[in-house]
Amino acid sequence: MSVVYSSCASFASASNVSAATPPEWWATLWPFLFAASIAYLVFQLAGFRDTAAAIGSRIELAGQVMVRTHHLLKRRRWLMEQLYRGGIQNLHVVLLVGLFIGMIVCLQTGIELSKFGQQDQIGPIVAAGMAREMGPFITAVILAATTGSALAAEIGTMSVSDELAALEVMSVDRISFLIVPRVIALMIICPLLTVVCDTIGILGGGLVATSQLNVGWAQYIESAYEMLESKGAVIPLPMDVYAGLLKSTVFGGLIGVVSCASGLEARGGALGVGRSTSRAVRDSIICVIISNYFMTWALYR
Amino acid sequence: MNPVSETGPDRAQEPERPGAQDIVVRVHDVHKAFGAHQVLRGISFEVARGRCLGLMGGSGTGKSVLLRHVIGLMRPDRGSIEVMGRDVPSLTGSELAEMRRHMGYVFQEGALVAWLTVAENLALPLKENSDLSASDIDEKVAEKLALVHIPDAGRKFPSEISGGMKKRVGIARALITDPALILYDEPNAGLDPEISRAINDLMREVSDHMGSTALVVEHRVECIETVCDEVLLLDKGEVVVHAPVDEFFQSDNPRLVEFLGPDLRARSKKRTQP
Repeated sequence: MSVVYSSCASFASASNVSAATPPEWWATLWPFLFAASIAYLVFQLAGFRDTAAAIGSRIELAGQVMVRTHHLLKRRRWLMEQLYRGGIQNLHVVLLVGLFIGMIVCLQTGIELSKFGQQDQIGPIVAAGMAREMGPFITAVILAATTGSALAAEIGTMSVSDELAALEVMSVDRISFLIVPRVIALMIICPLLTVVCDTIGILGGGLVATSQLNVGWAQYIESAYEMLESKGAVIPLPMDVYAGLLKSTVFGGLIGVVSCASGLEARGGALGVGRSTSRAVRDSIICVIISNYFMTWALYR
Repeated sequence: MNPVSETGPDRAQEPERPGAQDIVVRVHDVHKAFGAHQVLRGISFEVARGRCLGLMGGSGTGKSVLLRHVIGLMRPDRGSIEVMGRDVPSLTGSELAEMRRHMGYVFQEGALVAWLTVAENLALPLKENSDLSASDIDEKVAEKLALVHIPDAGRKFPSEISGGMKKRVGIARALITDPALILYDEPNAGLDPEISRAINDLMREVSDHMGSTALVVEHRVECIETVCDEVLLLDKGEVVVHAPVDEFFQSDNPRLVEFLGPDLRARSKKRTQP
């Protein structure tokens, strides 16, 4: 054991001696290397060909949806129905979760900041945290779990009960008829619910700040508002707000495409529908997290 | 009377051989495998205009797979399928869509879109693929619902109607474009004998009324006798017997005897004898 300890100590000291500031190219390169390593791991675990085929089919579906976006006028009835099902029916969940997320963020950061007498920073931290990350992410997770799973189950059931084959036989374009209104509805709903989540989260943080951390309501709201007002370098709009909304629009599209694709691939009765539903939620959340990193990297680097 | 052939009707002895332009469906040497499982092994047959061909055979013998090939939902590994003179596997997506507008397909379980009403289900192909006005579409939907004897079901959702009614709606939807060829996939599956008889009568009525050509996948002898002009027995992906309906049930083919069973065969023979 002593030999091992001494080896480790000598390695550590050698590392410290040779430690130097990493070269600039490393800062640019490491996210790609990291992503490539993760992708390699995923491919190894799930089987390269299956994963590549699934990614390919989802990209293809996204392309097919994009080129049929102009069909929306014809599908406005189904778009409105999906907006209601995805938006109004999930509003209470977003309100409840957003409120508590804001309270948690405020409490966690507030306890630490109050140790240094920095309570005045609670408002900006909660506002930035909600607008940049927590609002879009939590809303996307809620939509993946509720609307995304429902989409996969609905389309999966249509697939196993020959309804999709019936549409094909009747020469009805199933992408235009089924997928376009659902994906576009999610791309509209997700940013709208994100605004709700951000707002209720910041207000929830304010409740905790005023009741438990000795921060005045006016001070909290004012500092939070100031934080959100700061404009971006490229687009002269409040950076944190538009960055969050941009992210949530992409998240909505990803959840829609991934969930619909899982539903379209469902085979083998109720068991197949169950599998496609769980795969839709899992893949949606993975896509949201990975895309979130890259969008954050692109927007805030 | 045409003698019954073991691999298909003996066409050399047929008194009236339909001309090439009268053949609506021509299937030649079709093979299909799913992995190592060979489902279709060199299937060949023809269906003339206005005729109804029944496809019989045990479960898993490839009847529904064959029907899906005819409408282009599946592509054969080998062989050709011509419908109305066009080679189905070689058609592009838009050509296939155009051809399907002249075809109707009745699915086993109806396959009605659950979130559309019965009338909306019927109107869907017309709304998507025709320039008909809303009033013309409504008129056509009402006409087809009346044809299948459920004129008041238009506002109901599929979940609110019985299995028999779903079959009728499925038939009405298949007929909405006035197709030249109708494919029925087990139209009697899951129905009690009384409703089955009603569905069989309806199919016969539809054939007489519209003069359309039909392919019917069915297990039940009663349906075949009522609806079909000729019958084809599939076994292990091969055509075992192909004959006019009255000759089919008198055949001594051992596989057919085994499939129908002695009682059913005797009954069918008795019924079909002039």
